[in-house]
Amino acid sequence: MMSLLGVAVVVLGLVARFNPILVVTAGAIVTGLAGGLDAVTIISALGKGFNDSRFISVAFLVLPVIGLLERAGLQARARTLIARLSAVTAGGLLMAYLAVRQLTCALGLLALGGQASMVRPLIAPMAQGAAQTRLGPLDDGARRLIDAHAAAVDNIGAFFGEDIFIALGSVLLIQAVLAQNHIIVAPLRVALWAIPTALFAFAIHAVRLVLLDRRLAQPAAKAPAG
Amino acid sequence: MIGLRAAYIPAGIVFAAIAVFSALDRSNRKRWNNALFWGLFALSFLAGDLIGDFANGVLVIAMVLIGGLGGIGISAPATTTADERAASASRLREWLFAPVLLIPATALVGTLIFARLKLAGVPIVDPKQVTVISLAFGAMAALGLAVAVVKAPTRATVDEARRLMDQVGWAAILPQLLAALGAVFALAGVGHAVGELIGRALPEGSRLAAVAAFCLGMALFTMIMGNAFAAFPVLVAGIGAPLIVGRYGGDAAIMGAIGMLAGYCGTLMTPMASHNIIPAALLRLPPGAVIRAQAPTALLVLAANIALMDLLVFRF
Repeated sequence: MMSLLGVAVVVLGLVARFNPILVVTAGAIVTGLAGGLDAVTIISALGKGFNDSRFISVAFLVLPVIGLLERAGLQARARTLIARLSAVTAGGLLMAYLAVRQLTCALGLLALGGQASMVRPLIAPMAQGAAQTRLGPLDDGARRLIDAHAAAVDNIGAFFGEDIFIALGSVLLIQAVLAQNHIIVAPLRVALWAIPTALFAFAIHAVRLVLLDRRLAQPAAKAPAG
Repeated sequence: MIGLRAAYIPAGIVFAAIAVFSALDRSNRKRWNNALFWGLFALSFLAGDLIGDFANGVLVIAMVLIGGLGGIGISAPATTTADERAASASRLREWLFAPVLLIPATALVGTLIFARLKLAGVPIVDPKQVTVISLAFGAMAALGLAVAVVKAPTRATVDEARRLMDQVGWAAILPQLLAALGAVFALAGVGHAVGELIGRALPEGSRLAAVAAFCLGMALFTMIMGNAFAAFPVLVAGIGAPLIVGRYGGDAAIMGAIGMLAGYCGTLMTPMASHNIIPAALLRLPPGAVIRAQAPTALLVLAANIALMDLLVFRF
């Protein structure tokens, strides 16, 4: 039970709004010490865990490309293009992206989207462009609200799509953890039972995107900072 | 066989270039912090496999202290004005999209084809790492195309990368750090302790209580750990396997699938997840803005997950 001290450190650190990387590291060290591990073992475990998960950060390789293209007007061009399609609303565009993101992730194509490679350079400026065409210039609150929703659809689409693909990390992890608990399941069944939640998630978020359009259309609505 | 090193070396070179340019940037008051932070990240990618676990651990702690206490300055290298961008956009037109679209196109082709290419029976690309390696190849090909399309000065490539990486800042290492926290938790037996605690608190004989505790526990523990993959083994060992499957005879595949998705609802609501921190940094949104956009959906989907699991898990 002593090892739970580290969990408490993480929770308290977050509530007190300390920097998350300090909180996580402190949580790991306290957990290790409370669990009876010595300092060298804890530091080595941190180092090994960090080193073994470098694959997560390979996605940053797209930033030089995105930066270079932004410098040459990528976001401006994305806004101009979408402005020609005056029938498209911000919510409608995000709903289409949500559907595409969920479907492609369900086919195992996680790399087709992403915050750095799609949302910042294309989806967010296009959603802003769509709103601007219909509603005129946007204030900062509306712009931030649209950007936050552009980031949200990428996450929601990916999370509630990827579990349908049998060969992706999540399904394989579910299978492996169940096997550790002496339960054997077929990956295909795990993937199939992710479908009901995926449909609910799409329906729920689609309704919220319709509401987003309504909120943006209300001229008096001063969107709060989020 | 082409493995992850093929992706790590270019990443290391990019971070090393960012570190050198940071050190030379006199306009950034914290330039030495930036240089050291990105330099250590570069070292991790280039030499992480050579220096051993303990040295990697020291490297991690040094990065945490620089990023968390010293702070990284957000540099403002010379870039183009809004007018210049508009002019360039109307000149280059749709060519601007070609490099962006080349990244997913390469990832798509790579995922479909690399996995099958074999030379004398040995796969050319490590089949387990195809997605990451294709992404790295796609990014490099796209960089080549972008340089050709944009024709910017050479140093602009590094400066633009630096501008964006400095915006991400310390959050860049959070996902890997959370993975490391999960490793320490596993080593110290945290999962076991949490499972025991929750198992003891549950009322006897209530299936719905077990299902609700499992789904809510997945969401909550995911919020703490920033990652549903870390929460899943804990809650399965504590509630899913012994109670839902063992005592009440529920279906393990349904328990696992919907339980993981309940965890994802937690990811959408936690300030610990890089999924929420990195887009906020990239879009220059206040902290919490992305979470506020996601939270209503996350709560409704979480409720749907509890209802779905209760409805389905004891029926199939």
